[in-house]
Amino acid sequence: MSYTLLIIALPALMFLILGLLGNKMKPVVAGVLGTLSLAVITVVAYITGYEYFFGGVGKAGGEAFQSIIPLNFEWLRFTEHLHIDLGIMLDPISVLMLVVITTVSLMVHIYSLGYMKGEKGFQRYYAFLSLFSFSMLGLVVATNIFQMYIFWELVGVSSYSLISFYYTKPSAVAASKKAFIVTRFADLFFLIGILIVSFYSETFDFATLTNPDAPFVGTALGASFMGISALSWALMFIFIGGAGKSAMMPFHIWLPDAMEGPTPASALIHAATMVVAGVFLVARLFPIYFFGTPEVLTIIGYIGAITAAYAAMVACAQTDIKRVLAFSTISQIAYMITAMGVSGYGGHDGLGYMASLFHLFTHAFFKALLFLGAGAIIHAVHSNEMKDMGGLKKYMPIARWTFLIACLAIAGIFPFSGFFSKDEIMVAAFHHDKVIFTILYIVAGLTAFYMFRLYYRIFHYENDKHYHHAPHDAGATMSIPLIILAIFSIFSGFVPFSELITADRLPFEAHIDIPIASASIAVALVGIGIATVMYRKKTNMADKFIAMFPWLYKGAANRFYFDEMWLFVTRKIIFNCISRPIAWFDRHIVDAFMDSLAHVTNAASDKIKGLQSGHIQQYALVYLVGALLFVAAFALCVVCFICK
Amino acid sequence: MNNIPLEACLAVSTIMFFAGVYGFLSRKNMLMVLVSLELMLNAADLNFVVFNRYLFPNQMEGMFFTLFAVAIAAAETAVAIAIIINIYRNVKSVYIDENITTMKN
Repeated sequence: MSYTLLIIALPALMFLILGLLGNKMKPVVAGVLGTLSLAVITVVAYITGYEYFFGGVGKAGGEAFQSIIPLNFEWLRFTEHLHIDLGIMLDPISVLMLVVITTVSLMVHIYSLGYMKGEKGFQRYYAFLSLFSFSMLGLVVATNIFQMYIFWELVGVSSYSLISFYYTKPSAVAASKKAFIVTRFADLFFLIGILIVSFYSETFDFATLTNPDAPFVGTALGASFMGISALSWALMFIFIGGAGKSAMMPFHIWLPDAMEGPTPASALIHAATMVVAGVFLVARLFPIYFFGTPEVLTIIGYIGAITAAYAAMVACAQTDIKRVLAFSTISQIAYMITAMGVSGYGGHDGLGYMASLFHLFTHAFFKALLFLGAGAIIHAVHSNEMKDMGGLKKYMPIARWTFLIACLAIAGIFPFSGFFSKDEIMVAAFHHDKVIFTILYIVAGLTAFYMFRLYYRIFHYENDKHYHHAPHDAGATMSIPLIILAIFSIFSGFVPFSELITADRLPFEAHIDIPIASASIAVALVGIGIATVMYRKKTNMADKFIAMFPWLYKGAANRFYFDEMWLFVTRKIIFNCISRPIAWFDRHIVDAFMDSLAHVTNAASDKIKGLQSGHIQQYALVYLVGALLFVAAFALCVVCFICK
Repeated sequence: MNNIPLEACLAVSTIMFFAGVYGFLSRKNMLMVLVSLELMLNAADLNFVVFNRYLFPNQMEGMFFTLFAVAIAAAETAVAIAIIINIYRNVKSVYIDENITTMKN
């Protein structure tokens, strides 16, 4: 399986080629080159997936899927035990991620050929897409947690570069800084968590870190700090890192702003792949979470549920279509996180784990489709705002039908893919925690409502809206990815996930729980129904509804003032109480000490530099005066001697 | 000649020496500096002669030493004037001031 190295190496190489030589080639050449290399690795990833799951490679050692390490070399050695390796590990979740990432990335590459055509910095865009693909793929195949951390940061950097792609726009620059700082702040906790865990386990290797019977688990559980075991602290910190990337509360604030980047990049990074890194992280370390610190897993479940509810409420009140999708992304990722939190381990108990990754899989396709569809619409009407849209169904049939499919998928309508994955999450939550189930159930209705509000506002609403330039469907490069992703969105729900990806890696029988499934379809239909009544035609019902709950609407439209809360904490408290005193100390004590050393030296040399004038006569004078003084002193001594 | 006291001769040489010192310190013209230098040298020579004459009238070491010193001074002056001429050719000036900085550092 060592050909999987190609999956990592090719995008890295392409990043170097496009990054260094991009400006020497025509934009089209750069785009096609990037797309072709991605097509190659997509094929390789599919072959890997087939070989691993169905070709007998994964099950070589018995019933359960094995972790295969085709490649691993030592990169840095610190002590006898502690060393950082770089390598490739294939196991069910990493192979799944390879397939998801390459598929979505390829669609985005093709789509961008049309969407980004004529943009300044087209080659740079493709270079960064390659960098992103490289780092994301490196992240999922990491053999040890430190390699994962390295690629984790690389993913953050490429996300930063793509958000600030339009770097002449101040809002894009601010958004990229915000995304970078917030995720980086969370990553600090991730690093601390890694250090605590590796302190006890003396290794970074996942083989040890995911083994709940390993001796370090006991020692780390035994050591306690402030009444909580070291392992709980470490795993909580690691989850905070994941929450930063996956935009869980309270770190979700960067994701809506990240929509300043080009829409295809948002589809790839901020919808389908990078933001699920947190879910992947929890899935990767799941055995240790489950057996070591179930209380942390419970916290994760609740954080997920609260975030899902929050993001769904906010999404109902946004008017920028990309922001609606951003909040919907937060909400759906929160579903996956919650599913991890309510999961058990073996057999049917591990339903939550399986459902989480199943939802990751299906969500990647329909959310990428939604974003790419939104991109096509923005491309056609040159605006992100709902008020500039409406009645587009007769202008853009392809975008409309694919968007509708994605909306049905995310709302969880049978037989679209979202139904299957969301149903499994609901079942897992129902058997584990009724409170979480209730929240998720209501959120499912809200999801259907805000997605169809979006759909109707774009394609129906003002049917006779007049456009200066009649909008039309985009060309083949943009439409084909939409159609392919729509096919994936319809059929990816039929993948037999419970036989492939499970917590204990043994297949189990999963079946659709008819009462819960019909209940969740019912609530989705209610949501769709309300949206249809309120937004299918232009009526004043929505305004009336808003007038009934003005504070709720205002709060949701302003995202419940989370950004303001963060600004208050950072600007007012951290800046004033910590940063400013430290800056003052640095400037007036540390710097001033060094400066004064320089000043003293400077002033002293200014005073004595006259001695070295180079004037021969001055030297002679000094010499003469000195000689006379010696003579005088000598004479004085002689006189004294004689007198005595 | 015997009635000239030693102190008188020494006074002359002292005046000559300090005149030379003063000239060496205050003159800006290199030729005048050179002349002042010669004045100091000759004051020293004069001391040799005078002390030889008054302290060891039967011996000639002081006289010969002076002769050597005069010869060497002549050679040295020739070298110094050669240098001054070369400087003049290069910078069109024989004054010790900021014009001549080529050999600094």
